[in-house]
Amino acid sequence: MSTLEIKQLRKSYGAAEIIKGIDLKIEDREFIVFVGPSGCGKSTLLRMIAGLEEISGGELLIDGARMNEITPDRRGLAMVFQSYALYPHMTVAENMAFALRLAGVPKAEREQRVRVAAKTLQLEALLGRKPANLSGGQRQRVAIGRAIVRQPKAFLFDEPLSNLDAALRVQTRLEIAKLHRDLQATMIYVTHDQIEAMTLADRIVVFNAGRIEQVGTPLELYHNPANLFVAGFIGSPKMNLIGAVVRESTPGALVLTLDGASLVSVQPATIAAGAKLTIGLRPEHIVVDPQGPISGHVEAVERLGNESIAYVGIGASLPLTVKLPPQSPVALGDKLHLALNGHAVSLFGEDGHALGWTQPQAGG
Amino acid sequence: MKASFAFRIWVSLLGWGVALAMFFPVAWMVLTSFKTEIDAVATPPLLFFHPTLENYAQVNQLGDYAGAVWNSIAISFGSTALGIALAMPAAYAMAFFPNRWTKDLLLWILSTKMMPAVGVLMPIYLISKSTGLLDTKTGLIAIMTLANLPIIVWMLYTFFKEIPGDIIEASRMDGAGALAQIRIVLLPLAGPGIASTGLLAVILSWNEAFWSLNLTAVHAAPLTAFIVAFSSPQGLFWAKLSAASTLAVAPILVFGWMTQRQLVRGLTFGAVK
Ligand SMILES: Nc1ncnc2c1ncn2[C@@H]1O[C@H](COP(=O)(O)OP(=O)(O)O)[C@@H](O)[C@H]1O
Ligand SMILES: [Mg+2]
Repeated sequence: MSTLEIKQLRKSYGAAEIIKGIDLKIEDREFIVFVGPSGCGKSTLLRMIAGLEEISGGELLIDGARMNEITPDRRGLAMVFQSYALYPHMTVAENMAFALRLAGVPKAEREQRVRVAAKTLQLEALLGRKPANLSGGQRQRVAIGRAIVRQPKAFLFDEPLSNLDAALRVQTRLEIAKLHRDLQATMIYVTHDQIEAMTLADRIVVFNAGRIEQVGTPLELYHNPANLFVAGFIGSPKMNLIGAVVRESTPGALVLTLDGASLVSVQPATIAAGAKLTIGLRPEHIVVDPQGPISGHVEAVERLGNESIAYVGIGASLPLTVKLPPQSPVALGDKLHLALNGHAVSLFGEDGHALGWTQPQAGG
Repeated sequence: MKASFAFRIWVSLLGWGVALAMFFPVAWMVLTSFKTEIDAVATPPLLFFHPTLENYAQVNQLGDYAGAVWNSIAISFGSTALGIALAMPAAYAMAFFPNRWTKDLLLWILSTKMMPAVGVLMPIYLISKSTGLLDTKTGLIAIMTLANLPIIVWMLYTFFKEIPGDIIEASRMDGAGALAQIRIVLLPLAGPGIASTGLLAVILSWNEAFWSLNLTAVHAAPLTAFIVAFSSPQGLFWAKLSAASTLAVAPILVFGWMTQRQLVRGLTFGAVK
C-alpha cells in the first residue's frame, strides 16, 4: 500500500526525448490508467517506474523515498507484461512462487500464498502445468497471480489484455476491476484502449508525445476535456470537433458560425466577435429536430442494435457523427435537421485549449 | 515452394560428393593404419590387404598415448569450462543490456580471430616462459581459453538473444539479481545452446595444433603434438603415422558422434525457429 510521486521525469534515448517532464502523484489504493496513442511513451514511463529503464532526469518517489537509483528487485513493485513473460521451464505454481523463493520465504508459507492466489484466479487445477500447456487467458491469469502472490507495493500492468480475444478481454477487464476492489492495492495500468481506461480507472492520465495532456476521473475527461487532443481521444464514437467563428458576442449569448454556415447559439461567453474556435459536440448530445439550426444529408448509417450512428454531411470537413435511437428511421441521403439536446458543449480556442464548457441556449 | 525433381537430384549428388570428399582422407588414413608399411606405400594403392594391428602396438611403445589423451582432455575441457564461465556474463550483459557500443564491441571481439596467431607467438611464448607456464597444462588452458573466447561469446550471445527479454525483466521484477537471473532463468532456458557451444569449443580446442606445438614439449603435449612427434622422425612410415593419427582423432570422433544430436540441435536453433 503506497503512494507514488513523479517529479519532472524525463527519458531520452540519445538525442530523442521520449518522456518530456512528467509530474504526477498517485495516491494509495488508486487505480491509475495511462492512456494514449501507441508510441507516446506510456510503456517507457511505466518501465521507468518499474526500474527497467533508467531515469534520465527528474525524480521518482515511492512512499516518499527516492527510487531513481534503486534496482527493480528492490522497489517492491510487481509487473504484468503484455507478453505475460512466464518462465517457460517452471510450472504454474513455481512461476507464482518464484519471487517468494528468491526472497527466502519458507516453503509452507509459499505454498499457502500460492494456493490463496490460485483460488482467487481459479487457477487451482492448473498449478502443475507448464505455461506451454495453457491458453492465452490462462497464461494471463498466471501472470496476474505471479504479481498477486508477492503482495507488492503497487501493481504495474502494460497492456495486459491486448493479446486476448474481444470476449475474453471484457471478462478479464471485469476481473481486474474486481481484483482492485478486493486487494485494495495501488495499480498503474497502461493501455491504448480508451474503453479500458474509462472502465477501469479511478483517474486517467492521457498522454501524447511524451507529455501529459490531462489527468482526471473518466467522467471529468469525458465531459470536460482540457484540450482538443483529449476531446478527440476519449469517447466512442468520437466527439465532433467543428471549426466555428463567433458572429456575435453579447453578455448572455454567443452566436457561432459553424463550418457549414449553420448557426448555434451558446452561452455564456466572453469571447470577442470574430474569434475562431473549435466547438466539440458529443454524438449523443445531438438530436433530430425539425426546427434545428443544423442541417445536412445522411452520408452513412451504422446500426448497432442498441443504437444507430448517423454520419451527416453539414458542409464541414468531416461529417457530423450523431447517435440516434436504434429504431430511428433515418436512411442514406435523408435530409436531417439537428439540434443540441441541452447538454454541455465544449469550446476550444485556436491554441487547442478548452475555453470552458458552455450550455446551449434553449430554443437555439 | 517445391524444388523440381532434377534440382533435388543435383543437390543430393552435390551433398554426397562433398561428404565423400571430406570423408575419404579420414577413411584412407584408418585403412592405412591397418596395413603393413610395405602395403602402405604400394603403387597402385591397395584396397584389399591382410590387416594388422602391428602399427598400433608400436605407436603405443614409441609414444605416451595415454598421457597425450589425458593432456588433450584436460586442456580442451578445462579451457572450455573456463571460457564459458567467462563468456556467460559478457554475453548476458550484451544480449539483455545492449548500449550503443554493443555491436562494435561484438565485432571487435570477433576481429581478434582474424589476426594470424603467429603474429603474437613471440610475446605469448616469452610471457609463458617468464611465468613458468611453458609446457604446462595450465598455460595451454589459458591460451586455449583466450583463443576460443570470441567464438564462445558470439555463440552464447546469439543463443541469449533468442530468449525474450521480457522473461529476464520479469525475473528482475521478481527480485532476481544478476547471478540469480543467470542461474535460475538463463541457464535452464539457454541450456541446449550453452551445451552446443561447449561441445564446439571442446572440438576446436582438441584439434588446435598451433599453440600446442609451439608451447609444449613433453609434459603438457596433447594429441596434436603426439602426432607431430611421429611425423618428423618417422615421416616415411605411413602406416604408423596413420595409426597415431587414428588414435588421436578417435576419442573426439566418438565424442562428436555421441553428442551430434545436441550439436546439430544447438547450431540450427536459430535457423529452424
Ligand atoms: N530502446 C529504445 N531506443 C530508442 N527509442 C525507443 C526505445 N524504446 C522506446 N523507444 C521509443 O520511445 C517511444 C515510446 O515508446 P513506448 O513507451 O513503447 O510507447 P507506448 O508504450 O506508448 O506505445 C517510441 O517512439 C519508441 O520508438
Ligand atoms: Mg507500450
